[in-house]
Order: sequence, then C-alpha cells, then structure tokens
Amino acid sequence: MERNASFYWTLFRSTFALSAFTVGGGYVIVPLMKKKFVDELGWINEDEMLDIAAIAQSSPGAIAVNASILIGYRLAGLPGALVTILGTILPPLILLSVIAVFYEAFQDNEYFVALMTGMQAGVAAVIVDVVMKMSLGVVKGRDPVAIVTMAAAFVASYFFDVNVILLILICGVVGYLNYLYQKKCAEKKEAAK
Amino acid sequence: MSAYLELLWSFFQIGLFSIGGGYAAMPLIQAQVVDQHGWLSLSEFADIITISQMTPGPVAINSATFVGMRILGLPGAIVATLGCILPSCVIVTALAYFYFRYRNVSVVQGILGGLRPAVVALIASAGLTILMLAVFGGASTGVLDFPLDQIDWIAVVLFGAALILLRKTRLDPILIMGGAGVIAMAAYPLTAHLAG
Repeated sequence: MERNASFYWTLFRSTFALSAFTVGGGYVIVPLMKKKFVDELGWINEDEMLDIAAIAQSSPGAIAVNASILIGYRLAGLPGALVTILGTILPPLILLSVIAVFYEAFQDNEYFVALMTGMQAGVAAVIVDVVMKMSLGVVKGRDPVAIVTMAAAFVASYFFDVNVILLILICGVVGYLNYLYQKKCAEKKEAAK
Repeated sequence: MSAYLELLWSFFQIGLFSIGGGYAAMPLIQAQVVDQHGWLSLSEFADIITISQMTPGPVAINSATFVGMRILGLPGAIVATLGCILPSCVIVTALAYFYFRYRNVSVVQGILGGLRPAVVALIASAGLTILMLAVFGGASTGVLDFPLDQIDWIAVVLFGAALILLRKTRLDPILIMGGAGVIAMAAYPLTAHLAG
C-alpha cells in the first residue's frame, strides 16, 4: 500500500480507537489488533501478529505500546512507529487527565461504572471470537507439537498462573528443539535416498 | 525543572523494569510513587489500580498520567508518560529491526513456531480472566470459583449478543464494544431503579 497521508491517518485512527476501547490492559489489545490489522485491513498476516505479540510480551514496558511500535515499524518504519505510539498513548493520556481532575465524582458515578462494565463484556466477546478462530487454526495445522504446546501453555497460564516470561522462554526452547529434530529427520531422509 | 526530571526518571525506571506489562508493573509503580517519593498515598494508589482496571489503557501509562497530573498538572502528565514509554521505544524498535531482518532465518522460524501456539494460549487465558470478571463482577475468587448467585445477567446477555454479532456480521468490533457499553449505561441504572 502507498504510504501517503491517508495511510498514516488510517494507522493513527486504528491504533487510537483500539487503545481507547481496550479496557483491562495487558494482553487484551492483541486480539483486537489482530482483528483490525489482520482480518479487517489485511496489512499484516496472522503469524506476524503472533510473533509481534510474543516480542511485545517479552520486552520491557506496556504490551499495548510495544505491540503498536512493532506494528508501526513493520508497516512504515520509524515514522510508522511514531504514529502508532502516539495513537496508543493519547487515549489513556487524555482520559486519565480528565479522570484525575474529576476523580471523586467518576469513581461513584453509576453511569460511568455501567459503561465500563458493558464494554468489558464486549471486549470479552471479541477475545473469545478471536481465540476460537486462532486455536482452530493451530488444531487444523495438524502439528502435534504445536497443539500440545498450546494446551500446556493454556493450563500453565490460566490454572497455575505460571510466569508469562518463563512460559515464552520454555516454548521458545521447545520450538528450537523441534526445529533441530525436524532438521535431523530431513537429513536422515536425505541420507536414505 | 528538577521536579520534572525526577518524574521523568522515576517513570523511566518503571517503563524499563516492568517486563510482561499490566500487573507486573504494579509493585514497581508502588515502590516509586508511594514508597520512594510519596507522590500518592497507598489508598490513592489502590484507587488508581481500580480506575486502571475499568478504563482503557495500560496500567503504567494510566498511573503515569494520573500521578503527573496530580503533582505538576498536564505538563507533568505528559512528562511522566514520555518517561514511561521511552525504554519501550528504544528497546522494541531495536527488536523490531532484528525481527523483520532475521525472521526468515530457519532457526528463528523454529523458535517462533514454538512461540505462536503459546501466544494463542496466553490470549485465551487473558480472555477467560476478563470473561470471568465481566460475568461475575469480581465476585469469583479463583479460576474454578463460579459464584452462580452473583452472576451478572446483563453482562451475560451483552457478551452473548456481542459474540453472535461478531461471528455472524462484519460489524466493526470497536462499534460492538462501544455499543455494549452504551446499552449497559442504560440497562444497569434501569434495573437498579426497578429493583430499588
């Protein structure tokens, strides 16, 4: 796509909107980004999105900021990264500035609490939708190592609260060992010929 | 000027050392903002965490803005936020450079192949946590605790309707989330008034 003003505007608008609606922080923004940049705009592919999520998670700082830097950089280098950073930090900056001023009033306002609760239910639906599609993709890939990794990582993270960085490190090692194994198998096949 | 520098440096450290984001940053923020500088009291800090859970944006950015705003006004909010994202900007941009340059190397492909299913699992885990929070309104104390008498039926209906719309239509997810919020803004006060 052409990197003109309308491209940068779409990039800014997309990250701004995503950041403005991502209640809950942390990983929540990843499925929303996937929905926007992979499914809707088709600017990056699903594997790249998952890699971006893994890098964002393993780097210092907020995941939302890290992931948006990676997406901006992928699409348009440093200028792209600047645009996505701005789009991501402006909504919380504006919102929290207002809240800091009217702090006591907001806290007990039933409409404000209701709005946030409703948005949370909506966000949960988006994540469940994305997860259903993505996990089906992994299962359809028919790679037993990938399927077992996914199931084990889920159990470890959700039920046992295992440290996420540790999980990512372990899964990276599993990926590396699997790569060595596949390579060896390929070499054996080659030798048999 | 020194107050701004202090703020910048303080949130720079928070940004630099909070790997994993979200709740991993909380103890660091508390150490800097409450214990070391006394910018906020412990109960104010707890309020920020609550506000951060209900409002969009990362916890670290939210508290940077809030603290900056409280002690130095809007310029303070901007300085604190910049300090917070500066480490990310440098480190992640460098990682981005290496990733997009070397991702087609087969060893890197192998490692990333192991990470991708794990990331799907992590998203699923985060999604379930949010779903439990939305459906039980924070009454659930653990992953296997389902306090059915505390169930929030409005949230259940909103969740179900949003999921159906997402799967059956091509509506913008942001529109669906915002819509769920707006409907909730009418539904919760209405049921509260009918009940009370």
